Amino acid sequence: MINVYDILETIRMIQDECLDIRTITMGISLLDCIDSDIDKACTKVYDKITRCAENLVKTGESIEKEYGIPIINKRLSVTPIAMISAACDADPVKFAHTMDKAAASCGVNLIGGYSALVQKGFSAGDERLIRSIPRALAETERVCSSVNIGSTKTGINMDAVKLMGGIVREAAELTVDNRCFGAAKLVVFCNAVDDNPFMAGAFHGVGEPDCIINVGVSGPGVVRSALRKYPDANINELADIIKKTAYKITRVGQLVGVRASEALGVPFGIVDLSLAPTPAVGDSVAYILEEMGLEKCGCAGTTACLAMLNDAVKKGGVMACSRIGGLSGAFIPVSEDAGMIAAAECGSLLIEKLEAMTAVCSVGLDMIVIPGDTPAEVISGIIADEAAIGMVNSKTTAVRVIPAVGCKEGDVLDWGGLFGRGPVMNVNKFSPAAFINRGGQIPAPLHSLRN
Amino acid sequence: MKAVITVIGKDAVGILAKVSTICAENNANVIEVTQSVLQDMFAMIMLVDITGLSSDFPKLQDTLTALGDSLGLKITTLHEDIFNTMHSI
Repeated sequence: MINVYDILETIRMIQDECLDIRTITMGISLLDCIDSDIDKACTKVYDKITRCAENLVKTGESIEKEYGIPIINKRLSVTPIAMISAACDADPVKFAHTMDKAAASCGVNLIGGYSALVQKGFSAGDERLIRSIPRALAETERVCSSVNIGSTKTGINMDAVKLMGGIVREAAELTVDNRCFGAAKLVVFCNAVDDNPFMAGAFHGVGEPDCIINVGVSGPGVVRSALRKYPDANINELADIIKKTAYKITRVGQLVGVRASEALGVPFGIVDLSLAPTPAVGDSVAYILEEMGLEKCGCAGTTACLAMLNDAVKKGGVMACSRIGGLSGAFIPVSEDAGMIAAAECGSLLIEKLEAMTAVCSVGLDMIVIPGDTPAEVISGIIADEAAIGMVNSKTTAVRVIPAVGCKEGDVLDWGGLFGRGPVMNVNKFSPAAFINRGGQIPAPLHSLRN
Repeated sequence: MKAVITVIGKDAVGILAKVSTICAENNANVIEVTQSVLQDMFAMIMLVDITGLSSDFPKLQDTLTALGDSLGLKITTLHEDIFNTMHSI
């Protein structure tokens, strides 16, 4: 029989330490829905999404029950809509409404893929789609959007960076009645990945199969509880404990992915080896860092602790599943992490420190509320800095900042649920406008002589 | 196919009997039981074969959870795969 302690450990992880599967995300290719008539294209998009994802939620719920493991989100990602809408000379927001309707009909809470990939330049339809993002996010409930503006191989498209600063602002302005929520559904990437199961940045890459299941695991609470048992362990021992815990967490992701894939008759893609926090107390990445010995997340030593955590999670997870992908690493979204919120509110955690942290973990400046009067050029500057970190270090980085229109430093935007609440954080007031307005392309970096 | 039933809570007369009765009623064959009482805390882990269930697995889970609620115990019934997967290579 299975070891009694193992059984009790599993049950404790689920019931007391917030172990869960964060998301099962079905990726659906819409390339076969392209049509020059936007109405026909939208009908095809709706039919394909609802056909592929008809049983997604039901299957997720039945796996949840069988194994007793909560699956928090069942979501959808689709081919970047800029590729589908390029053929139609019409307002692409219609696609957003179609995605919203299809997601509602399948019972999923978010659908990603209102996206464009413009790391080297704008192709037909890209700029039109990007300019429509604020409206699409304001007029729909479930649609998420992302734009890839740079990569290690191409460099950074500074025209797109300039454009996106304004788009992020506009997304917040158009949803000011809804606590600027539009900007929380918009991610600006460098080195975006094709198989990311996490929102708001998920889209279904063009190299992916027609339909696929990707799984994102979670479990910061489990890691923290494991570390708490060893207050005197040295860093090597801590890394080993994290690896073992990550292995167990990821095994559950693999099991759920395989079962979902069998039940839905859809190939199993990847497990995203992640530590994804939620605003629930006890499910925080910041608290893991504090458990390691930091007085408060954001103090000196934070980047080093996070680098070790991130690496150990991957090392433990790699052995646990057959295919790994997505963003894989510890996430540090401020508003979605009780420890990060507390650290930001007491002044320990600053945007500059968060930027340094993004160089060693997944994925970027995430869910950060900035003052409502932050100019578009400053947001573009933040995007450019973050993209530069991703480009040079060959990793995915992203920016999801929410300009809190009408709010100032110290105020709080509260969305509730998984998106949490974020205090308005201070942003450097000096302007990068002249740099941003130059436009052009930052050339791809050299890959030898690395220092 | 097997499932693991765990029962944790304050000790009382007839817990094992009541859980086994529900298993029998649903045609779940009890393969192994470990049980301990520490001070007055009762902990039991039961491995049952659910291949020939007369009802479906979710129904067995719900019935046992309801029994737990009525006795003030925490009863969890899960497919054995989650334990095997998590704790073995």
